Amino acid sequence: MSAESGAERIPVLRLGDVLIAAIQQELTDQSALALQQDLTEMAAAGARGVIIEISGVEIIDSFLARILSEIAAATSMLAGRTVIAGMRPSVAITLVEMGLSLRGLRTARSLEDALSILGHSGPQAGR
Amino acid sequence: MVGSNGSAPVTVAEVLEARAEQVAQQWADLPIFRNVYTTGRDAAVDAAHRLVEVLAEVARNERLDDSSAPGFDRVRPHLGQMVAARSQAGSTLAQITNEVSQLKAPVVGVVEQEVADRGDDGAAPLDAVELMGTLRVVVMEIALSEGAEVIDRQRQQLLELSTPVIKLWDRVVAVPLIGTMDSARTQVVMETLLQAIVDQNAAVAILDITGVPMVDTVVAQYLLKTAMAVRLMGAECVISGIRPQIAQTIVQLGIDLGDITTRATLADALARALEKSGVTVVGEV
Repeated sequence: MSAESGAERIPVLRLGDVLIAAIQQELTDQSALALQQDLTEMAAAGARGVIIEISGVEIIDSFLARILSEIAAATSMLAGRTVIAGMRPSVAITLVEMGLSLRGLRTARSLEDALSILGHSGPQAGR
Repeated sequence: MVGSNGSAPVTVAEVLEARAEQVAQQWADLPIFRNVYTTGRDAAVDAAHRLVEVLAEVARNERLDDSSAPGFDRVRPHLGQMVAARSQAGSTLAQITNEVSQLKAPVVGVVEQEVADRGDDGAAPLDAVELMGTLRVVVMEIALSEGAEVIDRQRQQLLELSTPVIKLWDRVVAVPLIGTMDSARTQVVMETLLQAIVDQNAAVAILDITGVPMVDTVVAQYLLKTAMAVRLMGAECVISGIRPQIAQTIVQLGIDLGDITTRATLADALARALEKSGVTVVGEV
């Protein structure tokens, strides 16, 4: 993994064949690029789905929106699906006002919902 | 400028200061004061006196035509009370300004008298007329801003009234939109709906437009934006209550609602939401 040193890396967890990246602080351009690289490489090693949890993110600019779309496009090429979970209202409004509707991206309310979208037998089996 | 007899010219300020009591007594008998201070003449004379002092101050600072002169700030509350009392009694703006313009005669009268007494041919009477004109402008400003305040307050109340988010089922919320939509209302609807989605962890959000009389391109744009934001939040947006005429209008306008789920009635939308959450409704046998 060859991203610039110094950029804060977002940890990526593997749960079966699902990759989970929970972003809990503001994302810099560098760490976004590093995340894109990590996720794409790990997806290539075999993953059915990718979940990016962004409930901690308060600002998404057009660059970050593009990175998210690119991650989704790359994982779908590698036979995986990308789900964005937990977007805040203010972020959703900003993206819509900017005209970025992130078409082609699946969205979910929470990590739990995202797992069930990916067909993972999550903790809500009884529902 | 020097008067014809060599003495200093008459100024409005000095006349008003010297004859404040005389002007105040005359004003207190005019309808604008008589109708507002119904409790007694003394209160009216008092208020009139204060107003004369303020006018004298404005005149002294030679800002005869400046309705924003700081002197007026001191009487704005009093004038505001007077205007409010008159408009509550049913007077129109025209009637109020008419009553205020009656205040002009006594002031111009005393100034003219002073000018005649001192044999001065200065511009003091004209100045007095200008000063009273400014007072009229101030009163009009107050009356108009009062109207604007009422409108603002009611608009705020309308915003609060019009956007309840209703929980219909576990993880299903609905917003019944009622009345004409404009950008301010749509903004509030969008914000409250998105917040409700977070609070209730909603999977489906229903926008019911039964109460919206007309859908044009702007309203359709709002609906699209809201639906997109809801989708980004990870919930599904269903638009319901689309009447046949509205459906036709939307098609004729060439608006593409894209992949937004639409239903004819709120009941259908709820059925769709329940179906999505895997709930089946069975009639009792």
